[in-house]
Amino acid sequence: MNHVVCIAYVPDTETKIKIGADGKSIDEADVKWIVSPYDEYALEGAIKAKEEKGGTVTVVTYGPARADVGLRECLARGADEAVRVASDGLGEADSLGVAMALAGAIKALPCDVLWLGNKGVGTDAQTMVPMLAELLDLPHANLVTKLEWKDGGVVAWREIEGAREVVEMPFPCVVGAQKGLNEPRYASLKGIMAAKKKTIAVKQPAEVGVDPAATTGEKAAVRWTKLELPPARQAVKLIPADDPAKAADELVRLLRDEAKVL
Amino acid sequence: MSNVLVFIEQRDGKIRKASFEALTLGREVAAKTGGALGAVVAGSGIGGLAPELAAYGAAKVFVADKPELALYSCEGYTAALDAAVAAFAPAVVLVPATSMGKDVAPRLAARRKVGLLSDVMSLEVEGGRLVATRSVYSGKARATVAADPGAALQIATPRPNVFPASKGAAGAGEVVALDFSVTIRAKVVKLEMPEAGELDVAEADKIVSGGRGIKGPEGWPVLRALCHELGAALGASRAAVDAGWIGHEHQVGQTGKVVSPTLYVACGISGAIQHMAGMGSSKVIVAINKDADAPIFKAATYGIVGDLFQIVPALTEAVRKAKA
Repeated sequence: MNHVVCIAYVPDTETKIKIGADGKSIDEADVKWIVSPYDEYALEGAIKAKEEKGGTVTVVTYGPARADVGLRECLARGADEAVRVASDGLGEADSLGVAMALAGAIKALPCDVLWLGNKGVGTDAQTMVPMLAELLDLPHANLVTKLEWKDGGVVAWREIEGAREVVEMPFPCVVGAQKGLNEPRYASLKGIMAAKKKTIAVKQPAEVGVDPAATTGEKAAVRWTKLELPPARQAVKLIPADDPAKAADELVRLLRDEAKVL
Repeated sequence: MSNVLVFIEQRDGKIRKASFEALTLGREVAAKTGGALGAVVAGSGIGGLAPELAAYGAAKVFVADKPELALYSCEGYTAALDAAVAAFAPAVVLVPATSMGKDVAPRLAARRKVGLLSDVMSLEVEGGRLVATRSVYSGKARATVAADPGAALQIATPRPNVFPASKGAAGAGEVVALDFSVTIRAKVVKLEMPEAGELDVAEADKIVSGGRGIKGPEGWPVLRALCHELGAALGASRAAVDAGWIGHEHQVGQTGKVVSPTLYVACGISGAIQHMAGMGSSKVIVAINKDADAPIFKAATYGIVGDLFQIVPALTEAVRKAKA
C-alpha cells in the first residue's frame, strides 16, 4: 500500500510575529520554520502503516527552497521520497492555489492513502483536506483521532462538537490527522544520515499543470490585504484575594453588572 | 453581487445555533448586495424546518431530504449545497465554521474553483467583494482577507459565537425541494456520544478551564461544581490533557478546540501562546492563578491572584447566591 503525505513548512508557533514592510505578510527575518505540528501526526500514520503493511511513503509540499529542510526531516523519520512544488519567487497563493499545485503533484504518484494534518498552523484555515479530496475526487475524513484498517479501506474516528463520527471509506482516500491519532517519532541518527543522501524532486508549477500567473499574488482567489497585530486588550482588573469569599462576591458583581455576562 | 445562500446545519432535526448566526449575517449581507436570502438544509425528514428559517428572513429554503442524508457526510451535504447553488445562483455562500461547515465549505470551493474566507471574525461587503478579518499565527496577528471581486461565487465561514443571531423581517420561506444524485464513499456509520450531560467546549457559551494548577485529576470536581452553577462546559489546557488528567475532547488551544465563549474562566492556566490561540477571542476572560506573572493575566479581563482551591469554591458559592 502506498502513502502520500502533504506537509506545510510554517513559522514555529513560538516565533514572535512581526509585521512585514508590505503590511500584509510577516517579517520572515529571524523566523524559525517547522513542519506544521498536525502534519507530524499524518506522517507518523503513514510510516506506521508502511511498517505494518509495506509500500512506500512519499512526502509532498508546496513552498520555497527552505521547505526542503522540512522534507528532509520527514525523510529522516522514515519517508522514502520527497517532492516539492516550487513557489520560489512567486506571489502568495491561497488555499485553493496551494491545493491545485499539490493535487497536480499527487496525481503523478502511487497513492492509496493521502495523509495531511487537519490544518496548517499559521494560516489556520483548515481547508486543505476537503479541497485536496475534492480536486482528486477522493473521499475524506478530517479531524481523525483514531484509525483502523479494514478490507479495502479504513474506519476513521472524527472529532466533532460533542461527539465522534465513525466514518468508513474505501481506498484511495484522504485522512486529515488530529492530535490523538498517534505519537510522532523522532528521527534516528541512521535516518538523518540516510536522508542526507536522498534527492528531493523539485517540480515547477507548470510541470504539475498549474499556471502560477492565475493562482498567486493578485490573481489568488483570496488575498491578504492587511496584516496587523491584534488590538491590545484592556489591562486586567485585579481583585484582591485576601478574603476568597469577598473576592468571589466582587467578581460575580463585576461579571453581572459591568461585563453583563451573568 | 446579489443573492446570498446560507448553509444550515441540523442534527436530529434541530438547527444549530451557529446556523442562526450565519443566517442573520447572511441577511445583513443580502441587504448590502440587494439580493434575496436563501437557506439550504440537508438531512432526512427535515421538511418542517422552513418556518424557523423564514423567521430569520429566508425567502427560499432549499431542502435536500433523503434517507441517505440522515447522518452527515461531506459528499452528501456538499452535493446538497452545490445543488442549491445551481438553483439559486448566489453571489455569496455562508457556511458556519463548525466542524461540519469547515468540511463542506472547502469541498464546495474546490468544486467551484473559487476561494474561501475561512473562520472569519468580521465580514463586510466592499466594492463588490467580501472582506473579512481572521485570526492567524496562533492569534498573534490579525489578517484582513478579500475575495476575488471577479469570482462567480464568494464563500465565507463565519466563526461560531462571534456574530449575533436575531430574527428579522420574516421571509417568504418558500420551500424548494432539491433533486440530485450523489454517491457517498465516506459514510458516517455511527455517532459516538460522550457521557450524558457533558457540554462540549466548542459550542458552550461559558467555559471553566483547568490547567497544570489543578494538580491532578482530583482537581476536576472543584471546577465541575462551578461549571454546574454557571451552566458552563469544562475545558482543559494542553498541560492537563498531556498529563492524562482528562480527555483530548476537553482541550482548548492550538492543538485542541478554538472557542469564543461569552465567559472563559481559566483556573490554574499559565496562558501559553498555544492556549491563547484557542480562547483569545472569548468576550470576557477571568484568570485565577497563584502566579501573578502568569501571561494569562495579560489577556484577562478580570484576575484573581490566589489559590484556585480556595477561590473557585468561593466563586461557586457566590454564583449560587447571586442566582437565588
